[in-house]
Amino acid sequence: MIAIIDYGVGNLFSLHSSLTYIGASATVTNDPAVIASADKIILPGVGAFGDAAAKLAALGLDKVIKTEVDNGKPILGICLGMQLLFDVSYEYGVHRGLGLIPGAIRPISDVIPRGYKIPKIGWNRLIFTERGLCDPIYSALKNDTDKAYVYFVHSYYADCPDEYVTARDVYGAPLTASVRRGNVAGVQFHPEKSGDVGLSLLRGFCFSDGHCVNASSTCTGDITI
Amino acid sequence: MITKRIIPCLDVRNGRVVKGVNFTGLRDVDSPVTLAKKYSDGGADELVFYDITASAEGRSIFTDILREAAKCVFIPLTVGGGISTIEDFDRVLKCGADKVSVNSGAIADPTLISRAAERYGSQCVVISADVKRVGGEWHVFAKGGRIDTGMEAISWIARCVSLGAGEVVVNSMDTDGVCGGFDIPLIRAVCDAVTVPVIASGGAGSALDFIKLFTEVPECSAGLAASIFHYGNVTIEDLKKTLASAGIPVRL
Repeated sequence: MIAIIDYGVGNLFSLHSSLTYIGASATVTNDPAVIASADKIILPGVGAFGDAAAKLAALGLDKVIKTEVDNGKPILGICLGMQLLFDVSYEYGVHRGLGLIPGAIRPISDVIPRGYKIPKIGWNRLIFTERGLCDPIYSALKNDTDKAYVYFVHSYYADCPDEYVTARDVYGAPLTASVRRGNVAGVQFHPEKSGDVGLSLLRGFCFSDGHCVNASSTCTGDITI
Repeated sequence: MITKRIIPCLDVRNGRVVKGVNFTGLRDVDSPVTLAKKYSDGGADELVFYDITASAEGRSIFTDILREAAKCVFIPLTVGGGISTIEDFDRVLKCGADKVSVNSGAIADPTLISRAAERYGSQCVVISADVKRVGGEWHVFAKGGRIDTGMEAISWIARCVSLGAGEVVVNSMDTDGVCGGFDIPLIRAVCDAVTVPVIASGGAGSALDFIKLFTEVPECSAGLAASIFHYGNVTIEDLKKTLASAGIPVRL
C-alpha cells in the first residue's frame, strides 16, 4: 500500500485517482500508524514552502517521514513535496525542510534570463542524467526519451549537488526536474498530470523492484516492495 | 523549452458540453467525460471545464462530472464558471481541479484573487477576462459577456496579476465562436502588460490561426478553443503535427 500524505495542501484527488488507475493500492492519510505500515510514501504538495513545512511539523509528520526514510522506506516527493525533501528554502523568508537531500530551494528568477514567464507553467522535456537513466521511476522512459514531456508548475527550483540530480529540463537555463538520494526520490513536475508519461513514472515508483540496470555505484534505487 | 499548450474548452450545461457563437445560441455537443478523455488521448495539454449552469442542481451535476473526468484524465484541469467565494474554490479543487479560473467573481470582489492566491498559491488562480472593443477601447465584460463593466481590460488584467493571479485567459468576445482567427492585437497587448503566462481564447478556426498566434505573439503560452475541436474541423493530433512542422514547439 502507498501512503499519500495528507497535510492539508493540494489536490490529492487526482493523485489518488492516478494511482488507482494504474492499479496501485493507495491511501490518503496523516495517521502515523498507517504511514508506518505502508510499503511506500508519496509526499505531495502545492503552495508555499513555509506554510507546508509548518503544517507537516504541526501534525508531527516531519518526524514520521524521517523515521520511515531512515528505515529504508521508499518515498517520492512531488512538486512542493520534492522541495520539502531539501535542507532549506528561500521562498518568502528562510524555512527549514526535511533535510533528506542536501540542497536549497531558490527562485527560478535567480538563474534564468529576463523575459521568461514566472510561474513556469507547462510541458517540458526531461533530459536524463546518467543516474536518471537507471532510476526505477524512469525505467519505462529511458528508451523513449523524445517522448518524456511532463507538466511543470513552479516558481522555485532545487539547487543541489549534481550527484542527486536524475533529470533536468531547460527553461532559459537547466533546472532540476528530479532527484534521488538512496530511497528518497523527488520530482519537481506533476506525474499525476503528465498523461501517459506521468503514469509510467508512477508505475515505476509503485511496482518497480528498484534494482538499477546500470551497475554505477551511484545508482541506489532502494525501491523494493 | 516549454511547449505551447493546446487547450480545448468544454462549456458544460446540465451535464452536457454545449457551444455558442459570440456568447449566444448554444448547441449540444457531447458528454463532458467522453469528450475530455478523447481530447486527452489526442494530445490536449490541458482542459478547461466551464460551468455555465446557474442552478444549484446544475452545479452539483457539474462537480460530479468533474470528479468523473478527474478519475480518467491525467492532464491539468482548469475549472471556471460561477466561482465567487473561497468555498467555490474548495468545492472544485476537491473534485480534481488543478486551477480555478475567476471572472465575474473577481470583478465583484477583486480580493477573491488575493485571498485564493494566499490560500492555494498563485499557480492555482487564473484570471479569465471577457474582452470586447467598445468605442476604440477594450472593455471587460461580466456575467458571461452580458454586462459591460466599463473597465479598461489591460489595466484590469494587470491589476488581477498584481493581486496574485498566476495565469491569464483572454477571451476576445469580438472573435469568439466566429472561427476567423485569434484577436492578435489584444493578445499582444496583454502579453506586453503581464509577466505570467497568457492563454489566448476566442476565434480559432484552423491550424493556421494557431500558427499565426504563436508566430506573431511568441510570448503567448497557450491557445484555447472549443468549436474547432468539438465540430472536428481539426483534431488535436493534426493541429499539433502542423504546429511542429511550422517550427512551433509542441508536445507530440
